[in-house]
Amino acid sequence: MTAKVVTVTSGKGGVGKTTSVANLGVALALRGQKVVCIDGDIGLRNLDVILGLENRIVYDLVDVVEGRCRVRQAMIRDKRLPELHLIPAAQTRDKTAVSPSDMVRLCDELRPEVDWVLIDSPAGIERGFKNAIAAADRVIVMTNPEVSAVRDADRVVGLLEADEKGPAALVINRLDPAMVRRGDMLSVEDVLDLLAIELIGIVPEDDGVIVASNRGQPLALDAKSKAGQAFQNIARRLMGEEVPFMDLDTPGLWQRLMGRK
Amino acid sequence: MDFLFGRKRSANSAKERLQLVLIHDRTDLTPAELDALKDDLIATISRHVEIEPAAVRINLAQDGRSQRLVADIPLRSAARRRRSR
Repeated sequence: MTAKVVTVTSGKGGVGKTTSVANLGVALALRGQKVVCIDGDIGLRNLDVILGLENRIVYDLVDVVEGRCRVRQAMIRDKRLPELHLIPAAQTRDKTAVSPSDMVRLCDELRPEVDWVLIDSPAGIERGFKNAIAAADRVIVMTNPEVSAVRDADRVVGLLEADEKGPAALVINRLDPAMVRRGDMLSVEDVLDLLAIELIGIVPEDDGVIVASNRGQPLALDAKSKAGQAFQNIARRLMGEEVPFMDLDTPGLWQRLMGRK
Repeated sequence: MDFLFGRKRSANSAKERLQLVLIHDRTDLTPAELDALKDDLIATISRHVEIEPAAVRINLAQDGRSQRLVADIPLRSAARRRRSR
């Protein structure tokens, strides 16, 4: 196995990075892929609760980096999906406890063991972000259709370009098709015109996201969920499949997206 | 449609505002710096050809992920120059 390292980042906080990493991890594991999710948000860990694995933490990312345990010991195996693992962040340390070269070393150690390493970047563009992108083969930039999130996404895309991280792929999260139709929300086309990067996913607004986080059961486990379906589609695109974008019932959107290829 | 609502839909405002903000974020060029650049450009070009300083337009335009500086500099026609002499 030679894992692909994928980092999910956004600049702005609260746009859905952690939810996406959890759901992409689940979606890839459901397809038989061996996945390790790494929580890069040292000091503000949350991927553990979103995945429902908070009670099983013994060692964390900083323990691995500082040599108190081996990587395998810090990998929590999800009992629902045996291919899914989590390396949690440390809660009582800060971002400086890990360096970009530590992340590169850790990912190099994981590469032969798994198919995917998914890194949940903290918000911001400082040390935690730099750690999160250091080892990335591919970067997913998340945004919401809102001015502040789009502006921050553009900053991050610029930083990734300057860092020669290759073209970032965009996920537009929390899209409300009814608001777009009313003309009160930026459309997918608007966001793509502004950011001018490749689109890899559109996730509709979905109350189920909160319910899923309450329970610690990511939506991608629920076949009926639209947002869960959107994450399944992103996972398939990551695996190289051509998957058409979901019809979110926005007039013109479908044709435009099909025409974009 | 817009006149029915008596205002522009908010998504359009968002897009227009973002277009300007992103260009300035990406180039790190403030409107004041752009004005200074325009004055320098007019001064330099005027040393070689006669132009219409009031009609010069300098804009930053977005072209995918790169920005370009677009200058529209009307030259004063030779015929008019001769007449005014």
